[in-house]
Amino acid sequence: MSNVGKSVARVDAFDKATGRARYTDDRCDKGALIARVVHSTVAHGVVKSIDIEAASKVPGVVKIVTCFDVPDIKFPTAGHPWSTDPHHQDVADRLLLTSHVRFYGDDVAAVVAENEVAAAQAARLIKIEYEELPFVLDVQKAMEDGAPQLHEKFKNNILNHTTIRNGDYESARKEEGLICVEGWYDTPTVQHCHIENHICYAYEENGQVVVVSSTQIPHITRRICGQALGIPWGKVRLVKPYIGGGFGNKQDALYEPLCAYLTTQVGGRLVKLDVPREDTFVSNRVRHAIRTHIISYMRPDGTFVARKIECFSDQGAYASHGHGIVAKGMGAFPQQYPCPNVEGDAYTVFTNKSVAGAMRGYGIPQAMWAGECHIDDCARALGVDPLEFRFKNIMKKGYRDGFSKNELYDDSYVQCLEKGKAYLDYDRKVAEYAKQTGPVRRGIGVAAFWYNTAVWPISLETSSCRMILNQDGSVQVQVGETEIGQGADTAYAQMTADVIGLADYKDVHVVSCQDTDVTPFGTGAYASRQTYTAGFSIRQTGLLLKERILKYACELTRQAVYNLDIEEGNIVRTTDGRVLMSLGELATEALYSLTHSEHLSAESTYQIKNNAYSFGCTFAEVEVDIPMCKVKVLDIINVHDCGKLINPALAEAQVHGGMSMAIGYGVSEQLLFDEKTGKPLNNNLLDYKLSTFMDHPHLEAQFVENYEPTSAFGTKALGEPPACSGAPAIRNAVFNATGVGVNRAPMTPHVLFDRFSEEGLIRDFWREEK
Amino acid sequence: MYDMKALYEAGSVEEAVRLRIEHPEAQIIAGGSDVLVQMREGKRAGKELISIYGIDAMRGVSIDENEAIRIGSLTSFSHITRDPIIQKYCNVLGEAVDMVGGPQIRNIGTIGGNTCNGVTSADSASTLHAWEAIVELTGSNGVRRVPIKEFYIKAGQVDIKPDEIQTAIIIPKESYEGTYGHYIKYAMRNAMDIATLGCSVNVRLSADKKTIERARIAYGVAGPVPMRAESAERYAAGKSVSLETVEQFGAEVLNDINPRDSWRASKAFRQHIAVEMAKRCLVCSIKLAGGEI
Repeated sequence: MSNVGKSVARVDAFDKATGRARYTDDRCDKGALIARVVHSTVAHGVVKSIDIEAASKVPGVVKIVTCFDVPDIKFPTAGHPWSTDPHHQDVADRLLLTSHVRFYGDDVAAVVAENEVAAAQAARLIKIEYEELPFVLDVQKAMEDGAPQLHEKFKNNILNHTTIRNGDYESARKEEGLICVEGWYDTPTVQHCHIENHICYAYEENGQVVVVSSTQIPHITRRICGQALGIPWGKVRLVKPYIGGGFGNKQDALYEPLCAYLTTQVGGRLVKLDVPREDTFVSNRVRHAIRTHIISYMRPDGTFVARKIECFSDQGAYASHGHGIVAKGMGAFPQQYPCPNVEGDAYTVFTNKSVAGAMRGYGIPQAMWAGECHIDDCARALGVDPLEFRFKNIMKKGYRDGFSKNELYDDSYVQCLEKGKAYLDYDRKVAEYAKQTGPVRRGIGVAAFWYNTAVWPISLETSSCRMILNQDGSVQVQVGETEIGQGADTAYAQMTADVIGLADYKDVHVVSCQDTDVTPFGTGAYASRQTYTAGFSIRQTGLLLKERILKYACELTRQAVYNLDIEEGNIVRTTDGRVLMSLGELATEALYSLTHSEHLSAESTYQIKNNAYSFGCTFAEVEVDIPMCKVKVLDIINVHDCGKLINPALAEAQVHGGMSMAIGYGVSEQLLFDEKTGKPLNNNLLDYKLSTFMDHPHLEAQFVENYEPTSAFGTKALGEPPACSGAPAIRNAVFNATGVGVNRAPMTPHVLFDRFSEEGLIRDFWREEK
Repeated sequence: MYDMKALYEAGSVEEAVRLRIEHPEAQIIAGGSDVLVQMREGKRAGKELISIYGIDAMRGVSIDENEAIRIGSLTSFSHITRDPIIQKYCNVLGEAVDMVGGPQIRNIGTIGGNTCNGVTSADSASTLHAWEAIVELTGSNGVRRVPIKEFYIKAGQVDIKPDEIQTAIIIPKESYEGTYGHYIKYAMRNAMDIATLGCSVNVRLSADKKTIERARIAYGVAGPVPMRAESAERYAAGKSVSLETVEQFGAEVLNDINPRDSWRASKAFRQHIAVEMAKRCLVCSIKLAGGEI
């Protein structure tokens, strides 16, 4: 391996740094018609009438469609592989536009105009009359009898309820002398805030509806567009150029189906739908806010005897990814800190709020907030150091999960925790910070996280790859796993170069743009599976291509195939190491030979029936200014065991991004809704407090590189894990600094003011100092 | 693409005044960091604009014939922060406007625009109030000067006549001489934010640095417009430099301010923070003035 494992420059670095890389909007013809969606201004209601007269008269307006015009076909939007088993299919509850609006921001009508100004003017002039219905915003209130119902089929608004029953919780907790710790933990609704808003454009050509979209999942979105429009899936062609981030929001069909429909309503003309940031917050997807209740019974020595967990996941108005999120989160609970008696209940519940879908971590950031805050609460109750408590109780080497067959092959947790402990000089600082009394105090905290890489065995894992040899010995490679800014294409180039035996990853041209008419089938970018999943099909296809190359080399060199190999881009006789010819010479001969012409290429599908744990932790050091109710993160480190690193520099960058998201999640970010109206209050980047560069200290990323034995290249998840443990680590550092446990994320000054007031810390330090 | 009906560009103050009279419905635009955002949101969609951004005569900081500091209304935040006159005589103003938004906003945003918006959260406003700045307005009848406190009428509304533009902000010598100040912007993050509460304090100490001759304090977001805390100022005048004075100064603030409950912050929270900020700002100002505390 001469390319894998090196911090080579991204294959798209030059194009992206110079502005040459073309994203969806860059590719769209400037003469496109502009679509604008008109959203509901009530949280729950039925559209009685829509007056489009004034809007229609705005010069430049081409077409207005309303909820009364669109086909009555309900479709699912979640970016999951399709299931041929109807019982495992996603809930089909969306219409292109709806007359039964279920959240403030639901889609009611759409304007198509010659330019943005006309579209915006017309959208403002459309008058919608609603019959307002009662609405519910709180996840537990929505479950009560008599609460406003969002969907007929789901009684008490419960989309799904799943359970865990391991051992016998009720009997076990009756053991004499147990210490009980109980807590409620809340995480907020947050939004992905990728730089590029969702944007797509559509037109008709060659009997197909062509949709170009900023999506993570081109093949899935093609299917959903076909379903939504009621046309054969092959009649849709979905193209995915470079995208400016997705973080899971674009792991849903967002406005592609509507845009595809709109082009069919204007004679197949080019229609562009560019979502404003305000709409991205409200009318795309958000992360599920989850309220979690945990009860732990421990022996005085810190052994867990019985544990109970209840999770209430706020789905918002439509099913989208639905119960998968909280189910994944709850699934980590009995594994991360194994305990013989566990009782768990997870509910996913509709509310009249923005729709929750996939977001980086898929339920684990919420679960780690609850679980890791609770672990510190347990340690505090026992009077033991929270890190020591983790060492004692956390999952150890050799653990095997019966359902997924995931196995912890190395002592990843302990190794990661040791590394973080050393970096932050944990023991010294814990001692140093133990006896502070002033208004400004420091603290240190830790949180571990559980993760796994892909979705098997919950869902299909399949990857297809195509490789084509050029005359000069370079190779094109295509996969369905998409580049979404994370650096996947670079990893693919490195892997391809090594499997075939090319000199340099630059000899690999990754076709970055997926086009469902051209690109081999793959389900796109989601989970933390790109490098792991595509790795299998790249290795398999690379070996296939290599075999064909060597077979042709036999003809040309008259050497036995078992004495031949490809090294550094040359055909080499392995018995004496002699270079017989270059790959370029072979490829040129193969294409232009008058005796045996052959286009050397390979294509194959690999179905993955493995999954891999990917664990790690965060250590944070904070300074809490108690009178100002502010937390400053002074130092923070993430340590990951994600197997072997394909590209260490890119891995580090991946971790930095996740840590940044985790800081915002813990300290500042939250999408708020007006309790009286259900209207979102801060759906813009000023009022929604995404953390900035100025809110971050140095972000330290370190790794433990245990080779993952199930993997094609020894690697495993790193996409989402960096976002999972930062927030509870900061919370636990605040706990360490002040003695106040804050169970509600984000720990904004408002939350801290309330908690510090409750705990008697809002007092006159000035007088004390005098 | 912005929904604007027309754009008139003024090359001089006189031309701007004439355009104001010719187009009474038009909105003045300087750097555009507020006006264009509002236009995009639809609030000012379809309006005519009069751009004064090209009037270079309204840029820069100077000392005028009365030894007052004169800040041209189009001076950008980043220029104010880096201006030697500001750094020497009223450094806190440079520090305050350096907390506006991010670097790009500070390059395009102007102090005139910041004050003419009439918003209580403007980072320049509390310091300008605390330094008793004078607003210079130029109209068809010549120049009019208004104390900044009177310039702010109510939230979003300032005292500009239909034929006027704001041409400068003036800080008189009596206001800056021997005076040192500190500003705290309390926001929910360290950049790209508007103030939850802003507090600007300045002091002039006695020659022996033991007595506060004059203390002035102003807040943003403690009421619908930026406001002084006059009870606190009256209390501190003539008091000794001590933690007791600081303590009581902070307590007095609650007699003056009237923050509101909103989803952005509760009244109780704002009051608590306001007191803490007053005390910290006063201590910092005293230290800058050479006092020991």
